Amino acid sequence: MNQRGAAKALHKPIDPKLFTWPSSNPRLLGSRCNNCGTTSFPSQTSCPRCCSEDVTPCELATRGTLWSFTIQGFLPKSPPYAGEETAATFQPYGVGYVELPDQVRVVSRLKVSSPEELEIGMDMELVFEPFRVDEDGAEIISYAFRPVA
Amino acid sequence: MTDVAIVGIGIHPFGRTDGVSGLEQGAFAVRQALRDCGLEWSDMQFAYGGSSAAGNADSLVNSLGLTGLQFINVANGCATGGSALQSAYMAIKSGMFDLGVAVGFDKHPRGAFAVEPEKMGLGKWYGDVGLALTTQFFAMKIQKYMHDFGISEATLVKVAEKNYGNGALAPHAWRKTPLTYDQIATSPMISHPLRKYMFCSPAEGGCAIVLASAEKARQLSTQPLFLKGAIVRTRHFGSFEVFTQGQALEQAPSPSVDASKATFEMAGIGPEDIQVAQLQDTESGAETMHMAENGFCADGDQEKWIREGYTRIDGRLPVNTDGGCLANGEPVGASGLRQVYEVCVQLRGQGGARQVGNDPKVGYTHVYGAPGLSGCTIISR
Repeated sequence: MNQRGAAKALHKPIDPKLFTWPSSNPRLLGSRCNNCGTTSFPSQTSCPRCCSEDVTPCELATRGTLWSFTIQGFLPKSPPYAGEETAATFQPYGVGYVELPDQVRVVSRLKVSSPEELEIGMDMELVFEPFRVDEDGAEIISYAFRPVA
Repeated sequence: MTDVAIVGIGIHPFGRTDGVSGLEQGAFAVRQALRDCGLEWSDMQFAYGGSSAAGNADSLVNSLGLTGLQFINVANGCATGGSALQSAYMAIKSGMFDLGVAVGFDKHPRGAFAVEPEKMGLGKWYGDVGLALTTQFFAMKIQKYMHDFGISEATLVKVAEKNYGNGALAPHAWRKTPLTYDQIATSPMISHPLRKYMFCSPAEGGCAIVLASAEKARQLSTQPLFLKGAIVRTRHFGSFEVFTQGQALEQAPSPSVDASKATFEMAGIGPEDIQVAQLQDTESGAETMHMAENGFCADGDQEKWIREGYTRIDGRLPVNTDGGCLANGEPVGASGLRQVYEVCVQLRGQGGARQVGNDPKVGYTHVYGAPGLSGCTIISR
């Protein structure tokens, strides 16, 4: 999708701390503990493993492997869900944990929504896409993972 | 130190009771538990009580009597009932009191539990994009477990079939109609691989347990039961839990494993000594995994256990003899106490059509849930 030029103003990240944006090569953001080396997602100001507050924000890998998955089969309650579907238009969507090597497993919506197309251990890659349009007409950008072609 | 006994049990039927508040269901359960041991509310020296969605448990005194007793509210997620019981256990074990009650009740709105990500310290985006659903966690945990240990979908169906069958035999259960294998196996897919009839629902109900010191219990009852172990544990770093946005690469055992081990150690017995068990069955995959997490079988052996019917009422280790959460629903404040109630019924030989046949002397309960905590008990004659 177009992330440059005039269109940029019409794109907003769903959370300013979740990934680098705007960017020609956006990355998920985590934090790395300088004491024990643990990587966390999303970024946080202390380490959940050793409790150290000596942590540094870091960019996460854009490729990993599928650790587990499910298919969300019904329209989630709103709130908190902010998707624009109705019960009539809702289509099931994939959800999974993608293991980023030597970093962390991140939860993510998946671009695939059929269990037949998903397999634990398969290679996955990060993508960014509009999730919905807000009241100002801006596209709200979120992240997802898809199987590597 | 004194042993801790269970002398009275009471339950308000689980399910949906229109027109009866959660507090009223809790009071009903307390009155029944008191009648069960021939005591009055004014005999109670203390109470621990909890509810997640139906009011402050200490308000029960307005209905039961303003006797001035020590009443402490307990709020501990899905282990609220188990935590009330564990607190009551400690109160008696310490020697400070010798007679009191643990009570839990709830009345949840219909549909999935309401989730507010920001109250749990999670980003708003997480709820916005449709990831803040407990059902997804349970599905992904069993999906991974099935992959790693060769558990089949048939096993998930059979666990649900067993529990609905057991629920049909329990007067306090919500769902009293058995479901066939095919009805479960063809029900709508909620969160792959889990189908509609593999999940429990939020519900209503109340449950109360009267506890006493061993000395007091022998004055009150010719056949008291004894609480040999009661433990609550929370998650370690690396345990896969509900509402996890970033999961550690290193893996720790679930809090159920910790709570179970500690409870067996406290009781001085092992899983092989247990004759009837109630294991948290938020969905049928949870019961399946909890068989191993609580030490009753090795990972993967569930396939054989379920195929051979080991956990049926007539099996070698009957599990969820009143239908568990699948047939009773999950009123969070009361759910863990219902498990204790059911084990007591079984140990007293009062299970009627659902009574297990091995004249059980030792039973086990296990509750687990959000935000990653577990409570276990061991009860013996």
